[in-house]
Order: sequence, then C-alpha cells, then structure tokens
Amino acid sequence: MIASMRAELLRLRKWPATWVIIGIWLTLNVMFGYVFDYLNYREAVGGGDRRIADALLGQLSLVGVPSTMVAGLPMFGGALVVILAALATGSGYGWSTWRTVFTQGPRRLSALGGTLLALGVVVATVATLTLVTDLAASAIVMGATSQDLVWPGLGALAEGLGGALLIVATWTAGGALIGIVARSPALSVGLGLVWLLVVENLLRGVATLLGPLEAVTNLLPGSAAGSLAGAIGAPTAIETGGAPGVLTVLSGTQAIALLVAYLVAFVVLASLLMTRRDA
Amino acid sequence: MNEPIVVTDGLTKRYGRHAAVDAVSLTVRRGEIYGFLGPNGAGKTTTLRMLVGLIRPTSGSARVLGGRPGDPAVLRRIGALIEGPGFYPYLSGRDNLRVLARYNRLDGTAVEQALEQVDLSARGGDPFKSYSLGMKQRLGVAAALLGDPDLLILDEPTNGLDPNGMADMRELVSRLAASGRTVLLSSHLLGEVQQACDRVGVIAGGRLLTESTVADLRGASSLFVRAEPVADAERVISSVLGPVEVHRTGDDGLQVAAGPARNPELVRAMVQAGIEVHEIRSAERSLEEVFFEMTAEPAATHTPEEEMAR
Repeated sequence: MIASMRAELLRLRKWPATWVIIGIWLTLNVMFGYVFDYLNYREAVGGGDRRIADALLGQLSLVGVPSTMVAGLPMFGGALVVILAALATGSGYGWSTWRTVFTQGPRRLSALGGTLLALGVVVATVATLTLVTDLAASAIVMGATSQDLVWPGLGALAEGLGGALLIVATWTAGGALIGIVARSPALSVGLGLVWLLVVENLLRGVATLLGPLEAVTNLLPGSAAGSLAGAIGAPTAIETGGAPGVLTVLSGTQAIALLVAYLVAFVVLASLLMTRRDA
Repeated sequence: MNEPIVVTDGLTKRYGRHAAVDAVSLTVRRGEIYGFLGPNGAGKTTTLRMLVGLIRPTSGSARVLGGRPGDPAVLRRIGALIEGPGFYPYLSGRDNLRVLARYNRLDGTAVEQALEQVDLSARGGDPFKSYSLGMKQRLGVAAALLGDPDLLILDEPTNGLDPNGMADMRELVSRLAASGRTVLLSSHLLGEVQQACDRVGVIAGGRLLTESTVADLRGASSLFVRAEPVADAERVISSVLGPVEVHRTGDDGLQVAAGPARNPELVRAMVQAGIEVHEIRSAERSLEEVFFEMTAEPAATHTPEEEMAR
C-alpha cells in the first residue's frame, strides 16, 4: 500500500488539477475569511456600528483562526475536495489507468488504499496550508487595524486543524467513492456537487417544515461537517461574518462520531466496489 | 518449449444471456509466439482480460504461469497491454512509467530500460497526450515490459497503426520473442499472425474454433492450372494423378489437390494430349482463406445487437 501511495503521490503532484484546486481553495479561503470580512469591518467602523465591527474583528483575530479556517470547509472546501477526489478516482476509468495499474500486479485493495492515502496526504497538506495562510492573513489584518497580536493556544489550533482534517478527509473519501461508483470523472463530479450544494440544502429547507425529515437531514454528512465547524466556533450563515453550511444542529462529539462513521463507510464501500467489480 | 504456461479449460464469460467467451480451452507453451486470431468482437479481449484477472470468468478455469489469473505474484511475471494503452495524459511517457514502476516497487533503471526497448528514450519527456498512436502503443508495450516479465500478453498491438507503425510494432514483437519470452498476441490481422506466430488459436463468436500451427492450419498446398480445352485438361489430370480432387474455379481454371512436385508430369501429359497449357502454379491457401472459411458462419449468427454488446 505504501508503494501504491508513492506512485499516486507522484502522479497527483504532477497533475495540474491538484494545484488548481489547492490554489482556488486557498484564494477563496483568504477572500471570504479575511478580505471581505476586513472590508465589512472597515464599513462597520465607518458607519459607527460597533457591535458588528467587534464581531467581525473577533473572527479576523488570531484567536479566531481555528474557527475561521473550518468555516468554509463544510460547503466550499468540501465541494473542492470532492471534485479533487472524484476526479482522481473517476478519471482512472476514463483514461483506463486503473486497468493499467491492476495489470502491473498490486492488489486492488493496495492500489485503492494507496490512492486514498495519497489523497489524504494532499488534503492534509491543504488543511495545514490553510492554517498557515489564515495565521498570516490574520496577523496582517491585526497589524492593519493596530491590534495586539494575541496568539491562539496550541489546544485551540489543534482543535481547528483536527476538525479541518476530519471534514476534508470525509469529503475526500466521499468524492473518491462517487468516482468509483460512477466510473467517470464528469458524472461523479456533477453528482458530488449536486449532493453537496443542492440536495443537502434543499433537504434542510424542506426539513424545517417536516419534523421527521429534519431528524434524517441532521444525520447527513454535510450536517455533520457543518456542525463540527459550528462546534469549533465558526459563525453560522445567519450570524455576522457567518459562512453557508455552518450549523449547530449536532454537538461537537455527535458531529465527530458521525463524520468518522461516514469516513469509514465511504472507504469500506469504495473498497468493496473496487475489489468485487470487474475492471 | 512444450511446458504449458497458459492453460484454460472451458473458460466462459457471459453478459446476461450472451456468451462473450464460450468454453474456450487453449494452451500457450513456454517460449512460443501464440497468435490469438479472430474478427472484431470474437471474444479475444474478453479472454485476455480474464487471463490477467481484470474480469472473472462465469465458469471454467484458467492457470497462468502455474497460478491463478490476477494473483499479484503471477501478474508480476506477466506484462500486458490490453484494450489499448491506458496512461495519465498529462504526465510524460517517462513519468507514466515511473508511476507504474513505483506501483511495482521497481527503480528508475527499469523505466529507462523499458523506454530504450521500445525506442522512446528520446521522446520520454514529452507529455503522453502529445504522442502519436504508434508511440502510445509502444509506451503500452514498455509498461508491459516493466519488471522483465516471462509472459507478454499483447492485445491487438498494431490496431489503428499506419503501415510504418505496424512494421515497427511487428519488429518489436519479434525482437521481444527472440529474447526468450513467451508472447500471447491477439490480432484480427492474418498477415501479422502468419508472419510472426508459431501457433494460433482461432476464435469467432466466443468459441475457439481450432488451435494448431500456422502450417497445419493452411493445410497441404494445391496446384492451379489454366489450360484449354478445360474439360480435356480435367480428364488428363485425373488420369495422371488418379482419384485426387480436381475442381473448376470460377474463372475456368482448375484447382488440383497436389503438390508442386507433380508439375512437370502434368504439363507433359497435357501437352502430349494436345492441350494448350497457359498457366500452372502452386497455390497455397493463405491463412486469410482458411480464416474466412472457419469464421464466416459463426460470426454471421450474431445479431447486430449482440455485436454492439460486445
């Protein structure tokens, strides 16, 4: 599996799609997490709205980094890693590279495991880069607003990074599974995005009117990811500086348990399909 | 040479009610070039896919290099190019092989050797998507050569190539076979198989019709005679050769079931009988003729829908 992971890391590292997706995420993260909030903050200060200005400054501060870095992950970051993972596994069918790999000799489980591990390395790097850029962006904003640099505690940073890792790992496994189910990059990316951006939101909208549906909607992967971000402190969509997708329907512990369950289920399903199906 | 390294017994793959491969029992021996011959959609690729474990047979069994098809230990000793080359388009040829080498726990030397063997060293740094079809196929063979396999399974390696590319590929295959490897080569091109292969298996409509040497398949040679009057010639030839088969061909010639050694005798007899002899030559059956005779009927029994399904 380590040999397979090394092989996949080589081809993911040299794949322009990987860098495009990482670049887009880091840019979006800084734009929505810092640039727009900073501009809103300036406007709030100018308009004399102290309450909004303070709320925004809290998000922009270094202490706010752990919650800001996870705020965009349940929806936008999730969508981007689903695209990356679905492309990584789905393209293997279009390009027939799975077939080439399988005839080289690795066990199918090793090949898939190596692919998932390599994707894991990529998204873990993305989560770490997000933390680093957010710390840098926050430090710049604090300098621009003449605030003292109050660094977050290691525990809080670990909580933010751990939460980010769990959210992106679950969406990555989900994306990889859809790529294998659909055996096509285009269809799997489309289905993944429709689920993440449309279906979960529609269900949440309908669920507010239908009690039993709400219980089910709260158990969806997007609800779990959103609730984990909410539990780490990210403001929900209806709050000042809040991000869409962030929820508080589940507790942090429930959200973690549910995300781990989804992560395991996605990996097991992908493995079963990969090993049992004709290639 | 006679040690069997691929043996299938009643190998069958069904898709719904349709049998893509129907009870195929074939044997490939060590060191030979085995031609797996059949029209498009005959079941060649499906059979080869079963031999490398990409798909599971519905029934029947196969042993490859003494092991189960698809077993990692067996696959490490096989190099396969099946259904065309499948590579990452954005990577160079060399990087594509490096990825596969890492999967196979091989080092960079194996990659360079493989590129060298298929004459792609100079273009190894170019992206795969910029390659011509011939270069893509050669890279496919290079991937098959990684790890120095005992058995090469090449599925229609000349498919879609121009005459130059085909000649290059044929030359490459004979070179690889000369180095002592066993080659299982599928093709719908008879000339290719006739030139390159020791033995052939002919498959059509999913069934293995025959398995033998190329020479045996083409059978004994015959003579073609054109002489006038043709009826007299037919009578004289029959009297000289005894009860052998003499057939009139469509263009008033005679097809005689005899070897070229009987030529002088027949010419003398016909001239003495006052027959004008225009032409007499040995007419060996080409593999193509044999092939068409064998495959015409089973292939025609399939409906267009079945052809599509395959």
